[in-house]
Amino acid sequence: MDTMTQLLRFITAGSVDDGKSTLIGRLLHDSKSIFEDQFSAISKTSEKRGMAAVDLSLLTDGLQAEREQGITIDVAYRYFATPKRKFIIGDTPGHEQYTRNMVTAASTANLVVILIDARRGVLVQTRRHTYLASLVGVPHIVLAVNKMDMVDYSQARFDEIVTEYKKFAAQLDLHDITCIPLSALVGDMVVDRGESLDWYQGPTLMEKLESVEIDHDVNTTDFRYPVQWVCRPQTDEYHDFRGFMGRIEAGEISVGDEITVLPSGRTSKVKEIVTYDGNLQTAYAPQSVTLTLTDEIDISRGDMFVKADYLPTVAKEFGAMMCWFSETPLDKNRKYLVKHTTRTAKCLFSSVDYRVDVNTLEQHANPAVNMNDIVRVAMKVQQPLAFDHYTRNRASGSFIVIDEASNNTVAAGMIV
Amino acid sequence: MSELLIEDRPAKSIVPAPAGNVKQKEFGNERKLMTAHTFTHLDALESESIHIMREVAAECKNPALLFSGGKDSIVMLRLAEKAFRPAKFPFPLVHIDTEHNFPEVIACRDKLAADLGERLIVRSLEDSIKRGTIIIKDLDKPRNPYQSVTLLETIAEFGFDACMGGARRDEEKARAKERIFSFRDEFGQWDPKNQRPELWDIYNTRVHNGENIRVFPISNWTEMDIWEYIGREKLHIPSIYFAHEREVIRRGGSVIPVSHLVQPKAGEKIEVVSVRFRTVGDMTCTAPVESTASNVDEIIEETATTRITERGATRMDDQTSDASMELRKKEGYF
Ligand SMILES: Nc1nc2c(ncn2[C@@H]2O[C@H](COP(=O)(O)OP(=O)(O)O)[C@@H](O)[C@H]2O)c(=O)[nH]1
Ligand SMILES: [Mg+2]
Repeated sequence: MDTMTQLLRFITAGSVDDGKSTLIGRLLHDSKSIFEDQFSAISKTSEKRGMAAVDLSLLTDGLQAEREQGITIDVAYRYFATPKRKFIIGDTPGHEQYTRNMVTAASTANLVVILIDARRGVLVQTRRHTYLASLVGVPHIVLAVNKMDMVDYSQARFDEIVTEYKKFAAQLDLHDITCIPLSALVGDMVVDRGESLDWYQGPTLMEKLESVEIDHDVNTTDFRYPVQWVCRPQTDEYHDFRGFMGRIEAGEISVGDEITVLPSGRTSKVKEIVTYDGNLQTAYAPQSVTLTLTDEIDISRGDMFVKADYLPTVAKEFGAMMCWFSETPLDKNRKYLVKHTTRTAKCLFSSVDYRVDVNTLEQHANPAVNMNDIVRVAMKVQQPLAFDHYTRNRASGSFIVIDEASNNTVAAGMIV
Repeated sequence: MSELLIEDRPAKSIVPAPAGNVKQKEFGNERKLMTAHTFTHLDALESESIHIMREVAAECKNPALLFSGGKDSIVMLRLAEKAFRPAKFPFPLVHIDTEHNFPEVIACRDKLAADLGERLIVRSLEDSIKRGTIIIKDLDKPRNPYQSVTLLETIAEFGFDACMGGARRDEEKARAKERIFSFRDEFGQWDPKNQRPELWDIYNTRVHNGENIRVFPISNWTEMDIWEYIGREKLHIPSIYFAHEREVIRRGGSVIPVSHLVQPKAGEKIEVVSVRFRTVGDMTCTAPVESTASNVDEIIEETATTRITERGATRMDDQTSDASMELRKKEGYF
């Protein structure tokens, strides 16, 4: 196999019974990614349960409780490859913890496939999935109008759904939407085109997954380099070596470039870009590298290197959209921890402005904050953070909130 | 948005990036783009793994890297070199030895640790047996279920708060559900229904005293990625991964290597077959596959066309029940 392939991460979203599991099973099956022993294991289970056909959803339901109860509890990851690309699929469960799970899975996705049952059309859930995808900034959306076999493969029905969907999506910050009519059960327009959808000229789902342009998903202009770890070998050979290890989260850096260290604001020049495979002249996001500088300045984990022509904001206060995960509601009187890039600091919620009803997009003022709520908050941190708008830069615009008492991750936020 | 708080510099020299809804498309600068030709899926996986290892080093007080001498942990070592050289690793290597290992694997383990100049800690199931914390009726039976005991004792002995391991999500369905940073309680147990949400690549590494986390830096790698990486990096792996002639017996649909631990029962016949191992674990329950692939390229070709999963082909202990891995993990296994 050609090793020059890219990695695409995508998730499926849809209401119960829209055909998510069938679609994933179809993708895996038609791309020959299901192994014989997996297939024979799920065939046996399907037979035991008295099912007529093999239930492909059993492939992703990995926990005992899930198989026993026939539900999906947690995000499962599946891997498959075609000669063009490697894929990681996040299969998200569709029950009451949906918001939390979809936000989690969407946070690393390049693309989301939103399923619709062609008979039922655009539902409240469709709007919810689309809103969450836009909130988390998933760059590419595929609207998969499934079960076309149940509506006589009608082009009029498809057009009607697409028109309604696009009207709704226009209110949101979405830039790449592809609508595909398909039948996961029969296999039309998933991997093969089939014979019943001749009026549709666009790509099959697999063609879209294989060809969607993802190089542009990373911000290539604003250099952002959070320092993860300071490397001081202190051996004879590397006596004075002081390397700043990290991953380039956005932009690029070359030897000789001037950088600004935040939050201190001191400047220096890049002396070397060190990697195990030899020094580089230029490095790009998302490479993990080690930088050495021409000046001895005080730098530690949590600092961020940037270039002076595109500075982030450095502040102790900011606003954010936040998804609350914990069963314990947000307590505005308490301090929490915020982890943003490589910096962790104490934080307070100075206000909770409103909660978004994920189904209607309506805003409710001064809400309590419970599990699965999406809220607009104002936050105060003990130390300044160097951040960007989430829409401009995912890596420097995102954070998690940790409850210091339980050590649990209780929320995730996007700076606005 | 509140004011800039940069010390030492006049605020007006700071030009913040234009705020607001910049469309993703506008970032593209054709000349500077990393294209598919320069940044492959292996590069993406490698960078992700390095980032994870550095987070562990920076945030955990006393981490360790679990190392078995198998292909996944050999890949882990190369990733650790990429993450931390020119310095030494900021953690020791730890091997939990079942004493049911293939000699070729142990030889490779010792050579690698010596070549790298890194500290290797070996703790054996025999120690736990002597202490009486493991009671085994049949010493020649598979020992994987008991590994958790010695692992937890080793974690307690050294006070490790984080153990990195080379498990992959494509190996097994319970693993497919596990987080990259997987929290374990003070009994080393995994609670699959109560996992911490894991977003972007911001990892929550916090634990209370006595608790620990297991970290899986190569969670997102597949068996194929591992082989491609071994080929690309020219990694030295134990010889038993390549096709060789071996005495085997056929038992219950599996090919089982004959060793001092496994001898033919009455009616079973020893055959000499060309085989290779897809995983190397406990000698009594790791089955080889029939193969003539004698180099990495040939293995990659076989891996691309095989119709059986890695564990399905090779791990007899995981076939006993649909949930055996999940049960072992709940008890503290990797
Ligand atoms: N007719 C038809 N039925 C489908 C199609 N896709 C899925 N189904 C059926 O819809 C039901 C729910 O599918 P499933 O994949 O379990 O949905 P999930 O809850 O979204 O994972 C099952 O009975 C499927 O066989 C399709 O394209 N056409
Ligand atoms: Mg399902």
